[in-house]
Amino acid sequence: MSLDLLYREVILDHYKNPRNRGKLDSPTVKFDGHNPLCGDTVTLHLKTDGDKITDVRFQGEGCSISLASISMMTDKIKGLSTSEVKDLIENFRAMMKGEENGEIDMGELEVLQGVKQFPARIKCALLGWDTLKQSLAKLDE
Amino acid sequence: MSSIDVKTIRKDFPILSTMVHDKPLVYLDNAATTQKPNSVIDLMNEYMHNHNANVHRGIHLLSEKSTEGYETARVKVANFFNASQPEEIIFTKGTTESINLVAHAWGRKFIGKGDIIILSEMEHHSNLVPWQLLTKSVGAELKFVEMNEDATLNLENLRELVSDKRAKLVALSYASNVLGNVNPVKELIKIAHSENVPVLLDGAQAAPHHKIDFADIDCDFFACSAHKMLGPTGIGIMYAKMGILEDMDPFLGGGEMILEVGLHESTYKEPPHKFEAGTPNYIEAIGFGAAIDYLNEVGMDTIHDHEANLSKYAIGELEKLGDVAIYGPAEGRAGIISFNIGSAHPHDVAQLLDGDGVAVRAGHHCAQPLMKWLKVSSTSRASFYLYNTEAEVDVFVESLGKIKEMFN
Repeated sequence: MSLDLLYREVILDHYKNPRNRGKLDSPTVKFDGHNPLCGDTVTLHLKTDGDKITDVRFQGEGCSISLASISMMTDKIKGLSTSEVKDLIENFRAMMKGEENGEIDMGELEVLQGVKQFPARIKCALLGWDTLKQSLAKLDE
Repeated sequence: MSSIDVKTIRKDFPILSTMVHDKPLVYLDNAATTQKPNSVIDLMNEYMHNHNANVHRGIHLLSEKSTEGYETARVKVANFFNASQPEEIIFTKGTTESINLVAHAWGRKFIGKGDIIILSEMEHHSNLVPWQLLTKSVGAELKFVEMNEDATLNLENLRELVSDKRAKLVALSYASNVLGNVNPVKELIKIAHSENVPVLLDGAQAAPHHKIDFADIDCDFFACSAHKMLGPTGIGIMYAKMGILEDMDPFLGGGEMILEVGLHESTYKEPPHKFEAGTPNYIEAIGFGAAIDYLNEVGMDTIHDHEANLSKYAIGELEKLGDVAIYGPAEGRAGIISFNIGSAHPHDVAQLLDGDGVAVRAGHHCAQPLMKWLKVSSTSRASFYLYNTEAEVDVFVESLGKIKEMFN
């Protein structure tokens, strides 16, 4: 098991220069996610227009895996419909569990494949995604 | 004072020759749990192989042998801490249970509406949450001793807090599991006692590392865990002065703690058995006794000096790396170093160190209020024990150097 699989260049790049970091002035929904293991917290801001996610930002601190994952996630979901995002979430969760990936092209997110070999870090990779899932549930209320 | 023979000591710990990711294990997570010497492993095996029977029950040879082993362990613990009698040592499953025991069996009886319990912001969750539960349920209040800028406790503030007539207990960590500072407990206890307020010490991070004398420091309650001092998991102690134990209600009810049981009423045994309902972890207690023998043989002063030297050496080497934040006071530190390096997150630091065979802890260390006080979300923590070496510190620091580069 090589750490090179985990600490890919692109992950470090997202960690050092996270995309979409900040907040939205009037988000449609705002949600806090916690990783009780390390105390990391992220806040996700989503702006929607009808069924479409038009903008997204996040605030918070985290390790390279959680920040890279959330940074790539925000890039990926912008412009997608909420139902497309829900599929994406399930696909990403399946990827972390090492289950068969669906038809969805995960693009850059594929580099996080390596995380599944480090069970203690799966929670880190999922932090942003779990927060996104809860944000969408709040939208549906 | 004899100097430590680490080379010989290391031979007593089979796990220390383990390879981790094809690298020799460098175990620096001793504040979480320590490794076990052969003498502890062998004695526990010996009891399970040859003498196993429930304690305080049977009138047969094995039960007698087992009871004798269990009670001898109690005497060893009492002597180790200089308690005035072995009956003041209650075996529990560890520090957390011990503190919960005091909160239930003493707290529910003597702490009422409007009373105050005094803690500090550097407490481990195990010396915070039981008191939150108690105060919520009886309508009492928690107050926190202020911390000075250098993360030491503000004694003047403690003096003020205990002078309130409603103050009923001071519960503090003897040594912080994050900052590594050893609190001036003798002085703290004097201040509390001047207002007749009893003191509980969470000794989990202190008991393994230096000589503790209950008669000298005069604590009223003390809790610690065997697994942090070379012993097995599942065993620890709650100490209280006999007068206090006699006044306390039982904790758990069941077998072993009763004198006579009727359908509606029961009478209870004297301490310590009053607080040890059910079959105790006697094999573990016997293992704890063997751990204490080992510590006594090396000598607590020798262990303390060795750790202090290692800490000093490690801090010096870390400072040479640059861009390292080390938390906690410069002086009076146990063998614990909490730190952050550059912009690397502690989880990444611990993961990458693991790749080089180095085991450290990363996270909030069950001390979230203290993390808030330090204004960080988490730290990495290296913690030393009697079997660690300067060469291991070198491996650790060299690995950190690579990590720093990676995140630059």
